[in-house]
Amino acid sequence: MSKPVISCDDVSIIYKSGDLKGIGFKDYVLRRLTGRYKVNEFWADKHINFEIYKGDMLGIVGTNGAGKSTLLKAVSGILRPAEGTLKVKGSIAALLELSSGFDGDLTVRENTYLRGAMLGYTRAFMDEKYDEIIDFAGLGKFQDYTFNQLSSGMKSRLAFSIACLVRPEILILDEVLSVGDGSFKKKSSKKMREILDEGITGVLVSHSITQVRELCNKILWIDHGNQITFSDDVTYICNAYEEFLATGKLPKNEEDIKKLDDAFRVRKANSMREEMKAETERFLKILQEGETEPAVEAALAILRQNRPEALKAGYRNL
Amino acid sequence: MIEKWIKRFYQYEFLFSELVKRDFKQKYKRTSLGMLWSVLSPLLTLFVMKIVFTQFFGRNAPHYTTYLFSGTLVLGYYKEATKNGMNSLISNRKIIEKINLPKYLFLLSKNVSAFVNFMITMVVYFFFCLIDGIQFGPRMIMLLYPIIILTVINIGVGMILSALCVFFKDTKYLYDIFLTLLTYVSAIFYTLDKYPAKIQRLFLLNPVYVMIKYFRTIVIDQKIPSLEYHGLMLLYAVVFITIGSIIYKKYNKEFIYYL
Repeated sequence: MSKPVISCDDVSIIYKSGDLKGIGFKDYVLRRLTGRYKVNEFWADKHINFEIYKGDMLGIVGTNGAGKSTLLKAVSGILRPAEGTLKVKGSIAALLELSSGFDGDLTVRENTYLRGAMLGYTRAFMDEKYDEIIDFAGLGKFQDYTFNQLSSGMKSRLAFSIACLVRPEILILDEVLSVGDGSFKKKSSKKMREILDEGITGVLVSHSITQVRELCNKILWIDHGNQITFSDDVTYICNAYEEFLATGKLPKNEEDIKKLDDAFRVRKANSMREEMKAETERFLKILQEGETEPAVEAALAILRQNRPEALKAGYRNL
Repeated sequence: MIEKWIKRFYQYEFLFSELVKRDFKQKYKRTSLGMLWSVLSPLLTLFVMKIVFTQFFGRNAPHYTTYLFSGTLVLGYYKEATKNGMNSLISNRKIIEKINLPKYLFLLSKNVSAFVNFMITMVVYFFFCLIDGIQFGPRMIMLLYPIIILTVINIGVGMILSALCVFFKDTKYLYDIFLTLLTYVSAIFYTLDKYPAKIQRLFLLNPVYVMIKYFRTIVIDQKIPSLEYHGLMLLYAVVFITIGSIIYKKYNKEFIYYL
């Protein structure tokens, strides 16, 4: 077996907050003197273990404040873990929060090159890809506009288009997958799929469980800095996680996860049954009350499209 | 070690040049005069000072215009480089939070744009020297020394200030006050002849004054300062750049908590 691309061995990360931010000399001195200067140092992540290999897509899930972003920061090298070893092999590119970090006074062209440079591309590469980027973003007419003159939609379209070129060895995605209005959204999620289908190695943090289910083949669940589990059975863990979100019961061991998964399946099956029942009732009602042929026809058409399985159930009930 | 540095620099060469471009555009985009402004602005300062001090205070030292200009030129470079450098981390925080880049790149790019400005002003300075009847000679080459030293000091002070600015948000305001003070103790518009030697030596504690004096000695007095004087300048450069580097090295991964 080849070596892991990212190996995270018993990693713990400290994060600090409190009186550090937005404080001046005067406040600092005063608070120090009165003993009110407080710095919260806390373990944002404790004993995290995972390994991913080439072609793996790791999904990190967890509620707010679980330590997902901190972990990503450590992976991209912005923070240093306090304990444990984190080894990353290969170049990393993080997709920035879409439109932040652009400069309002620069033109679209200048911003594109600057962003490209920050993501670690060469000038030659940018020269080659520039037209493609602008074309994809649909900003052909706006190349020499300054950024302040663009609408926010245009800005995020450009950001996404630059990001789409990303072909690093490791891709870090923090809640950025598709942007823009209807047509661009379709285009952008298609492009993202393409990139992911090429077998890129990456880490994805998302609040959308559906996305994680779809895109990832490994999953890491953390809660308040504690690793709940790391597994390659994404569906199973996602089931348990969704059940946890619904009930608030945090699993303590493998058995609990199993229970959550079971509960999730039962709940899903129940809710499916409920929905079907409601649909069937509605259908029956229309059938009973429907005086005109077209009304019945319409009701049937809707049902056929939305809930074919309910239709079958309905027939059985009849 | 050095090989590693060169490789690193080569890796970031594209980003660095784009950052320099950005800093330039930011500076000039809002002014219709553009680059011309960096020539005009020091000239106007000089003009005001010249009028105030010759007409109202009756200072008429030989080559007073050159004397004044040497002061405003050097001080202007120091001020611009350190003030811009001070904001280099804060203003790029969105990027620093997300991408792992060497942080000194942001500072260096600000210094490059200040340096280019300084060079443009330098041309005007020489032009004024000509008008003022200054003799040009090969000794002028020696001006490279204070320029290099001052540039290193600017980078060092920029490192210290940008780090301080991350930790304490009011550094900016305090530094503005400090710069006003510095203007007065740098002997821009007055001469030191009337002070006793002891006090004159005290002025050497101010690195900016040391650079200004070097300029004046070369250009006006047409002499080359002593070896000790060169040593003192080097000492300043080493001290500031060392402190700055230590701070950057030590707090490299800490800045993120404060930004």
